[in-house]
Amino acid sequence: MTRITAPFGRRPAVVTAREEHGAYVVIRARDVDGPVPRAGQFYMLSAAERWGGGEGERPFLPRAFSVLRAAVGELQFLIEDVGPGTRRLSELGPGDNLAIVGPLGNGFASPREGRKPILVGGGVGIAPLAIWQDELRAGGTESPVLVGFRDESHAHGAALLTSARVATDDGSVGHHGLVTELLEDELDDRGEEVEVYACGPPAMLEAVRGLCAEPGVPAQLALESGMACGFGACFGCVVPTVDGYVRLCVDGPVLEARMLETALVAGAGH
Amino acid sequence: MSVDFCGIELAHPVINGSGTFDAIAAHRAFGDELLERFPFAAFVSKTVTLEPRQGNPPPRLWEVPGGLINSIGLPNKGLRGYIEHDLPWLAELRVPLIVNVMGFSRDEIAELVGAFAERPEVRALELNVSCPNVETGLVMGADPGETARLVDRVRPLTDKPLIVKLTPNATDVAAVAGAAEGAGADAVSLINTVKGMALDPKTGAPWLGGVTGGVSGAAVRAVALAQIHAVAQAVEIPIIGMGGVQGGRDALDLMRVGAALVAVGTESFRDPAAGARVASDLVELLANTAV
Repeated sequence: MTRITAPFGRRPAVVTAREEHGAYVVIRARDVDGPVPRAGQFYMLSAAERWGGGEGERPFLPRAFSVLRAAVGELQFLIEDVGPGTRRLSELGPGDNLAIVGPLGNGFASPREGRKPILVGGGVGIAPLAIWQDELRAGGTESPVLVGFRDESHAHGAALLTSARVATDDGSVGHHGLVTELLEDELDDRGEEVEVYACGPPAMLEAVRGLCAEPGVPAQLALESGMACGFGACFGCVVPTVDGYVRLCVDGPVLEARMLETALVAGAGH
Repeated sequence: MSVDFCGIELAHPVINGSGTFDAIAAHRAFGDELLERFPFAAFVSKTVTLEPRQGNPPPRLWEVPGGLINSIGLPNKGLRGYIEHDLPWLAELRVPLIVNVMGFSRDEIAELVGAFAERPEVRALELNVSCPNVETGLVMGADPGETARLVDRVRPLTDKPLIVKLTPNATDVAAVAGAAEGAGADAVSLINTVKGMALDPKTGAPWLGGVTGGVSGAAVRAVALAQIHAVAQAVEIPIIGMGGVQGGRDALDLMRVGAALVAVGTESFRDPAAGARVASDLVELLANTAV
């Protein structure tokens, strides 16, 4: 698998659209100078204005976002307002500028010979599954997509995927319970023939890892960890693997589940 | 505008701070464009220690107003791993290579300096006596006598320029700089990160795996300015100034208080090509300003 390399440096990308999906916002941005990324690659985003420009201000560092969808000259990102950086980004509207670096990281790899993909997402972690589903469908592969959300307003995110089965914590939409319970059923039926692609909160990824470990189902997990740079400079985003710490930004964000001792990444989600 | 630094010719006065740019990883992310548009006039390596180090447990980062705290813990491949894996690659960079070293004793640092003294790829050595992330890092650079004894010990081992990277977490940084100069250091660099701490907002427990870390970014620029100013009064040797440089104007300010070269660190996290932008802005400002 060859990664798509990024143009060197930060570049402007003008926001062309802002769409609300319940608790989420989708930002579309024009990126005329960038390549089309691989599914699972990510970008470092910041707003061009009011972002670390004056001392004493947060946000200061860019934030890492998996790409939601991409086409020639256009990128889409899924934002949930959970802190100063995501708040600033979710406020952006048409005509506002982003500053972006990317695509960065490795991205998902094609399923192993003879295996069919199952996509599992939780919360804002559904983002890389949308572009991956697009890519798989373009290649003629229809895959089960299982997504879990906290509640009804977050479950609007499911509309960003095609034919997704939904689970919610509060039972307001779809299965009342965890998305990993849906995965368990799928694995019971045909664990021999599948490969799991998952992105979501640490507890979900750890559950996916656990479910796949015993039957030996290969799983590619797109992880998150606090990042300052996104290109291997700061050494801040390490996660423990069987080979020691690896930098999620250059050696991930997609890691094989069998490489991990745990998917409960310290500091993720902040 | 080329500049002479301890006999090394540099294309401009902007380099990177040690540990803030990994050229090998950046090449994986950006491809050959990185080499064609390399942002720094010299490349300073991440700290090399005698033995390999995994670094501190995560979390390693916390954003603060105008900057961040890091507690990385000097992960590196060790002297042998660096010479075998990294040095051949870094030697191909089109800019001079400065290797930063740290040890837990004078003997260890002497071994590192001795090893790199023999490497023609390495143009200068920087002694990390200031990293606040590792227990013993604080000791040597916080005390003028300790610093002098260290530089005394390693000075005879190499003809290459020796740079002492000063810690801001010292009572009298200018006195430490003076001690380094007196013992034969060719240059000093400052500031390293300022010791800091963050708590998990949910639990109130220390956030960083290493408990405390180093603050960098715009938040420390004023500290850098004052310390470089103080050190410039105390020494004649060149100063590499760093601390919160985000633009050409910040770099010019550090030169106005006595820096000969300026290093960019945390700003590279925000913009990988920041060094080139700072350099071109600085060169333009210098053309119109009497420093």
